[in-house]
Amino acid sequence: MPAGFFPGVWYLLQTKWMIFLSGVLVTLLISILGTIFGFLFGLVLATLRLLPHDKRQTWIMKALRSVAEISSKIYIQVFRGTPMIVQAVVIYYGVLALFGYWNAMVAGIVVVSLNTAAYMAEIIRGSVQGIDKGQTEAALAVGMTYFQLMRHIVLPQALRHAIPAFGNELIVNIKDTSVLSVIAVSDLFFSSKFIITNNFRPFEVYFIISVIYLLLTLSTSAILKRVEKRLHMAPVSVPTSQTVPEVIEVSHE
Amino acid sequence: MNNLPIIRLQDITKKFDKAPVVDHVSLDIHQGEVLAIIGPSGSGKSTLLRMMNLLEEPTGGSLFYHERNVTKDEIKPNVLRQKVGMVFQSFNLFNNKNVIDNCLIGPRITKKTPKEPMIAMAHENLKKVGMDDFSSAKVSTLSGGQKQRVAIARALSMSPEVVLFDEPTSALDPELVGEVLTVIRQLAVQGMTMVIVTHEMAFARDVASRVIFIDEGKIVESGTPDQVFDMPQKERTQAFLARFNRRF
Repeated sequence: MPAGFFPGVWYLLQTKWMIFLSGVLVTLLISILGTIFGFLFGLVLATLRLLPHDKRQTWIMKALRSVAEISSKIYIQVFRGTPMIVQAVVIYYGVLALFGYWNAMVAGIVVVSLNTAAYMAEIIRGSVQGIDKGQTEAALAVGMTYFQLMRHIVLPQALRHAIPAFGNELIVNIKDTSVLSVIAVSDLFFSSKFIITNNFRPFEVYFIISVIYLLLTLSTSAILKRVEKRLHMAPVSVPTSQTVPEVIEVSHE
Repeated sequence: MNNLPIIRLQDITKKFDKAPVVDHVSLDIHQGEVLAIIGPSGSGKSTLLRMMNLLEEPTGGSLFYHERNVTKDEIKPNVLRQKVGMVFQSFNLFNNKNVIDNCLIGPRITKKTPKEPMIAMAHENLKKVGMDDFSSAKVSTLSGGQKQRVAIARALSMSPEVVLFDEPTSALDPELVGEVLTVIRQLAVQGMTMVIVTHEMAFARDVASRVIFIDEGKIVESGTPDQVFDMPQKERTQAFLARFNRRF
């Protein structure tokens, strides 16, 4: 391997590009699937927290609703209140202890999905609660039940408003999958470790993967912005797990 | 007019934080009747109206629909609401639907009728309110008066027995009030049973078959428009109408 920073970077890119590429693909696969499954599970969690409070419900229904609400709340608190790296080791080694074998990749997708679901649930809940009360009343007034009005009136509007926040979660996941290297998921960050053990040039390798991460998040952010524009989305403020890099638009005028 | 009322409120009460907003009110609404509810702001008019389709749950008393006790679940609230339509002050059109879909979504979901007659009926109702030309328009592109007319068509699309109007013109610019009142007036002529909470005294007098004046959650005076507006018996009604007449 040639001496010097830039020749080293160039050499690594030429010789190890396959490893970097497979790392990128694994990172993208886990973050995209994790975001999709996280959204679906988050929708369930949000629904449990948004069950209707109706005086007419029987005590059994009221009790079930309370259990559902509390369970959802506890889940969200636990997964938002602990680092994903800790969740990864607990879940991975926990299942390993129980069943003896677990594919690291599947474990990675499960960990990201479970973690994302907690944030998605809060995004969806916030977005549903942000929908004008008049929409709910009008739906009730034409005879819809709570679940009908949620399905046809409130959720379609709330989910549309939350699209920017869902996009943010995807970007956050692209970055956060890096912690899965702790359970030996062969993502982009893990692949860098593998290369370093061969050539002992950590700075060049980490420089390359940081640039790749930045390119991934910036391009995803740009794609999401175009999608939002196409959908004529107005930016709305909904809770997200953390901030993400912005594509800075430069005016040429 | 039938002897049995469509809606009967018996000793109905609504309290917010232990303060009664509607205080032991009993009231019948018969078929073909146009009942106007007038009174000062905060008197409990809207709360009373919203209890007629259980958008507001009564704290005490009973609500009957064709003599079936709704408050005791002899009929489910959503079934009641399919027959008792409502038009809101702030229109509340479904933002994710265009004009015709606002009229179709209720019957489509709650009734199992075939699609074609449902669409024909939605167009018919939009025609009634003069909005059929806008059937594929987005609701965000409409003026306040147009929105309210679509909201009326949406209520009619459920083929209701009674339509409740909660201050239907209060959120409108003065020049748009007329178009909405004209539509309601036409419905009255066609024999639609309606309960209208309104601050439009001239309109109430003109369109209503009965007027009730409410203050502090109680019915103070009830009668024909002539009785209530020309010969109010109670001091409180006289004072309210005098103040109103001074303003206009």
